[in-house]
Amino acid sequence: MQVPAQVEYERAGSVEHALTLLARYGPAARVLAGGHSLIPMMKLRLVQPEVLIDINGITDLCYINLTGAQLRIGALTRHAQLLESSVAGEHFAILHDAERVIADPIVRNWGTVGGSLCQADPSEDLSAAFAAMKGTMIIHGPDGSREVSAREFHAGPYETVVGPSELLTEIRLPIRPGGGSGYRKVSRRAGDWPVGAAGAAVWLDGDVITDAGIGLTAVGATHFAAAEAEDFLRGRTATPQTLARAGEIAAENCRPVSDQRGPADYKRHLACELTTRVLGVAVARARGLMA
Amino acid sequence: MQRRAGGKGGLIMTIVYSDREDEAAAQVPMRRIKFTVNGEKKIAEVEPRLLLAHLIRQGLRLTGTHTGCDTTNCGACTVLVDGQAVKSCTMLAVQVDGHEIQTVEGLASASELHPLQEGFREEHGLQCGFCTPGMMLAAKALLDRNPDPTEEEVRWALSGNLCRCTGYQNIVKSVLWAAAKLRAQAPAD
Ligand code: FES
Ligand code: FES
Repeated sequence: MQVPAQVEYERAGSVEHALTLLARYGPAARVLAGGHSLIPMMKLRLVQPEVLIDINGITDLCYINLTGAQLRIGALTRHAQLLESSVAGEHFAILHDAERVIADPIVRNWGTVGGSLCQADPSEDLSAAFAAMKGTMIIHGPDGSREVSAREFHAGPYETVVGPSELLTEIRLPIRPGGGSGYRKVSRRAGDWPVGAAGAAVWLDGDVITDAGIGLTAVGATHFAAAEAEDFLRGRTATPQTLARAGEIAAENCRPVSDQRGPADYKRHLACELTTRVLGVAVARARGLMA
Repeated sequence: MQRRAGGKGGLIMTIVYSDREDEAAAQVPMRRIKFTVNGEKKIAEVEPRLLLAHLIRQGLRLTGTHTGCDTTNCGACTVLVDGQAVKSCTMLAVQVDGHEIQTVEGLASASELHPLQEGFREEHGLQCGFCTPGMMLAAKALLDRNPDPTEEEVRWALSGNLCRCTGYQNIVKSVLWAAAKLRAQAPAD
């Protein structure tokens, strides 16, 4: 029987209240959202916070809406809500592709978007999806809020730029015309973490790629992104050869490690193949040729 | 495990853990929570670290909820909290304060099995039965939302629940059987 260590428990009723509690307890506290990463880690005693600050009561942080040319996702939005959101799927097919393969339906009922990001597991799917879409994160702290790009959000494995007295509150994704996106993942079995996964967003002007975003997870990509492959694509015609070359560049620039999910060379192969395929999906969607 | 009657028929429950002397909190904190389980109101005094699965199995003695993996994988511990399926090995008991829990014991009435239970019997949806309570509650959450699911939708909804015995075919048939029965029972509109 796995049991977490003794821990104090506080329930936050609002963002302000959560910030007050975070200020009071500092690094001794951990925020409890869906808890589907934190509680397992506490059970293994890999983390032993002195205090949990439960934010599940802050229901104003559960939302998905369109504001101007942005999709805004509250940090406490459950994975299941994102998967069911037609507005999210309409603008960002990548989100539905990714959510369909994150854990399983029961876990998605409780696990949250913000919690997944803040857990910062190097194999996490949404981190790659948001990197591909060049989203930004809103972080609230004692001195107000700040906006950080998805590519600056992670400071390393299991580490983000969210300080001990701060709270991630929202993710913003810019909506630009001519875009298409997708996500593809290979895992050993249903509901598992990826051996490798890739997300892509492209924006087309006719056949020319005006901009591209490529997110990679579980393969040691810097900031979950394949910046070199994106640079290569910008300004080129979206041919299968171009997309395949981008896949190769993405694979050359990531640093997978061998572990029980697979050997490094296989993961590198996946980075190439999945990037190529998902770019094809994104292009097809941008052209309106695929749902 | 000690139990003693609390005020007004409530139950104060304590679960004894080994002290590994590596505790993060200096004190042993306690919280009093109120919740409903299968329609009955309860009060419990719990350590914040107590897992919902342990509250249900050891505290409430509702051992129909099983724990298999203890790691959020198998789904044997699935219960409903406010109608939503959750793996109770991965939720803290304090988090159900003010909420409603439904376990497999709440499915049948005194005289009749729930259509899901009948379905599992009719279609041979279980062998050892270890996964069955979790399967039935995950299925209940599905049917409450979608009374007429396709086979694919049933498979999808049960994809967080593992079965070591049946190969899933008969579990899926059982859920479809129950869905048909529930629809036949529902008042026509
Ligand atoms: S015991 Fe909870 S998921 Fe297996
Ligand atoms: S019937 Fe044995 S695990 Fe499912």
